[in-house]
Amino acid sequence: MSSSNPLRDPADRRLPRIAGPSGLVIFGVTGDLSRKKLMPAVYDLANRGLLPPGFSLVGFARREWQHEDFAAEVHDAVKEHARTPFREEVWQQLIQGMRFVQGTFDDDDAFERLRGTIEELDKAQGTGGNFAFYLSVPPRSFPVVIQQLKKHGLADQTGGSWRRAVIEKPFGHDLKSAEELNKVVHEVFGSDQVFRIDHYLGKETVQNILALRFANTMFEPIWNRSFVDHVQITMAEDIGIGGRAGYYDGIGAARDVIQNHLLQLMALTAMEEPASFDADALAAEKTKVLGAVRLPRDLGRDTVRGQYAAGWQGGEKAVGYLEEDGIDAKSKTDTYAAIKLEVDNRRWAGVPFYLRTGKRLGRRVTEIAVVFQRAPHSPFDHTATEELGKNAIVIRVQPDEGVTVRFGSKVPGTSMEIRDVSMDFAYGESFTESSPEAYERLILDVLLGDSNLFPRTEEVELSWQILDPIEQYWDKNGRPAQYASGTWGPVEADEMLERDGRSWRRP
Amino acid sequence: MKIDLTDTTASKINKALVQGRRAIGTPAVGMVLTLVIVTDEENAYDALKAANDASHEHPSRTLVVIKRVSRSPRDRTQSRLDAEVRVGADAGTGETVVLRLHGEVVHHAQSVVLPLLLPDAPVVVWWPVNAPLDPANDPLGALAQRRVTDTYAAEQPVRELSARADTYTPGDTDLSWTRITPWRSMLAAALDQVTCEVKAVEVEGEEFNPSCELLAMWLADRLDVPVRRSLSGGPGLTAVRMATNTGQIVLDRADGSLATLSIQGQPDRAVALKRRETAELIAEELRRLDPDDTYASALRFGVERLNPSLPVPEPEVAPKGEEAAVEAAAEASAPEAQAEAPVNDAAENTAKKAAAK
Repeated sequence: MSSSNPLRDPADRRLPRIAGPSGLVIFGVTGDLSRKKLMPAVYDLANRGLLPPGFSLVGFARREWQHEDFAAEVHDAVKEHARTPFREEVWQQLIQGMRFVQGTFDDDDAFERLRGTIEELDKAQGTGGNFAFYLSVPPRSFPVVIQQLKKHGLADQTGGSWRRAVIEKPFGHDLKSAEELNKVVHEVFGSDQVFRIDHYLGKETVQNILALRFANTMFEPIWNRSFVDHVQITMAEDIGIGGRAGYYDGIGAARDVIQNHLLQLMALTAMEEPASFDADALAAEKTKVLGAVRLPRDLGRDTVRGQYAAGWQGGEKAVGYLEEDGIDAKSKTDTYAAIKLEVDNRRWAGVPFYLRTGKRLGRRVTEIAVVFQRAPHSPFDHTATEELGKNAIVIRVQPDEGVTVRFGSKVPGTSMEIRDVSMDFAYGESFTESSPEAYERLILDVLLGDSNLFPRTEEVELSWQILDPIEQYWDKNGRPAQYASGTWGPVEADEMLERDGRSWRRP
Repeated sequence: MKIDLTDTTASKINKALVQGRRAIGTPAVGMVLTLVIVTDEENAYDALKAANDASHEHPSRTLVVIKRVSRSPRDRTQSRLDAEVRVGADAGTGETVVLRLHGEVVHHAQSVVLPLLLPDAPVVVWWPVNAPLDPANDPLGALAQRRVTDTYAAEQPVRELSARADTYTPGDTDLSWTRITPWRSMLAAALDQVTCEVKAVEVEGEEFNPSCELLAMWLADRLDVPVRRSLSGGPGLTAVRMATNTGQIVLDRADGSLATLSIQGQPDRAVALKRRETAELIAEELRRLDPDDTYASALRFGVERLNPSLPVPEPEVAPKGEEAAVEAAAEASAPEAQAEAPVNDAAENTAKKAAAK
């Protein structure tokens, strides 16, 4: 399409990548994710001039709404949550392509109406039959929506147009269910037409891991077992489960976070250099490294799970997990999980990767810390280096995105005394204060058909292969350890690292 | 915080910058470039405001060089440098130094600026008004990787465009070019939507707005078809009409904010095309610091090769009141009733004539 367009020129870097004629259909449009993230992201994209003229947004939900009610809802969501300022002319452009289809997922009439709406939009807005279906729906509704799309011919790509499916985590709750889900989806949509959203991969800092490692010379030579002592990947939340009891109980922290976000971050940190920055090459390297992950021999010794107990979190009193509304007082669901993994390849043999995540921890933070070995020999005596820790490179994913390098430096004064200092690069300081939201990037990529930042079927299945044995072990053995809300997790997790002669960073 | 220095030197200013940073508790600096604004007292405030807004996207050290006019022979022989150092909340996300040059030092501004540049970081010089005719050979321009001028602010914009083409050096750029990025992007998107061959183009906009000429030259350069520049009352650019073998493509913006894209055989669509603030233009300009080859190519196409003699295949809805201006600019030579096919040849003839001048 664009290859024959004389106005397009790769050397013309000012011209942004604009998606071709297309529309987005959101199922479950009344949900939180849709209101807080998707609608604002669509507006922000339009405001940055990245959506094609005639771009259409179709909402599908049970609520009895007219097109105007839907538009009013989007308007409010955009005003409240959009990153860029509200501009009337951008809104006028968007509102022309907004439609609402009322119905439930098993309602054939509603899907016929949806097809009619899409055909009408092709005529009125010139969307050219190109539509992405965003399934912002509970996992149990996936199969029925996918089947309905198939039944009503909504997934058929005719005459050069495309139809894509966008799905959110969880991608199943173990390997078996993930395979089933993949089967259901791939029966209807080709593998290159399915986009799995892991919004972490849309974050600038995560993409920067690749830039940091492969565009520089100073990091890659030491990024291996000869210099790295261990790696810690942390994703901590300060909130509890909120109103998500129904979803969360029985799933737990490891399935909710480690399976997708943390293993993806680990893959990006540990993988070899891809041959190019295209989707196939990236997926090949990520699959390779995930395939090389080895579980600890003694799962009881090298994994820890916990549940938050009542306590004080940041000055507020918090109830324990078992006292939350809708949670069974005997629930064994983990709200904290820490596991130790190794990567069996030449680069990483013997270097442990510690992954931890939890709710109601000290503060909200996600980071990757690569901790280096101590210098093999120190000309300074013991007292001089008493306060010197191990060197570290910390990639801060959120909040306050950036990179910190920790190393020893002499304390000013007459005696030789060496102490850790931080050298800091903050994204907000060197680049835009207003870097795009992950969802903006990911929605644009879906419309462009660019699947670099989306995990593939194999990656999802490999991740479950890593996590399944741990979950099975936990099912059979013991109970989650309790930790007070507002702390950095159960003491068992600290002991787990102590046994290896290491300790968790305080992020 | 603000530190005022009177009758000072670059090294004292450097000291004040370090002192200011210490005082607000952020000794580390993550600034990515030095932006030098060369201006007169009159335009300094607006330019600095735009730069501070842009610094939210590109934290920078901003040096404002204000050349004061000396009003007596005695003033001219005396030389003085005053500076105002701003760090923290007063300076966007970076640091700002306003330099006021009096007397002889006005001719040696680069000696003041050079010691104040950030180590290693790229340097951008921006002249909001009165840009030198050959920016790359200007003593301040020579310090920079990127030299930003604005033909829109010139007395005779179109003539200045030709001058810029003559002295173009990689790294030169023009805010009038930056202004049309959304238009270019939308026109490219329009051609994504239909497979067609463009036969002729008309670019319509207000007089003395070099953005119209630049857009027209870009289209002519990329499409290799005759492009006509016609006049309207503005604001800014008002319309681009492309005649193609499958009908007309028109992007029409009458009110300076919301445009309509009409493609024959497709429904009309509203497109947001707001005229942008200077801060946004500067922010876009600072996003890439490598030479803009597309700009160079469009600029070198030459204003004189616009409006070739042949009549553009008549659009169905011909706007009124612009014919005269176009006619005056066009060289009347080729017979009126010519078919579409030889249009390209004629354009080439015109081009050769232009080149021979």
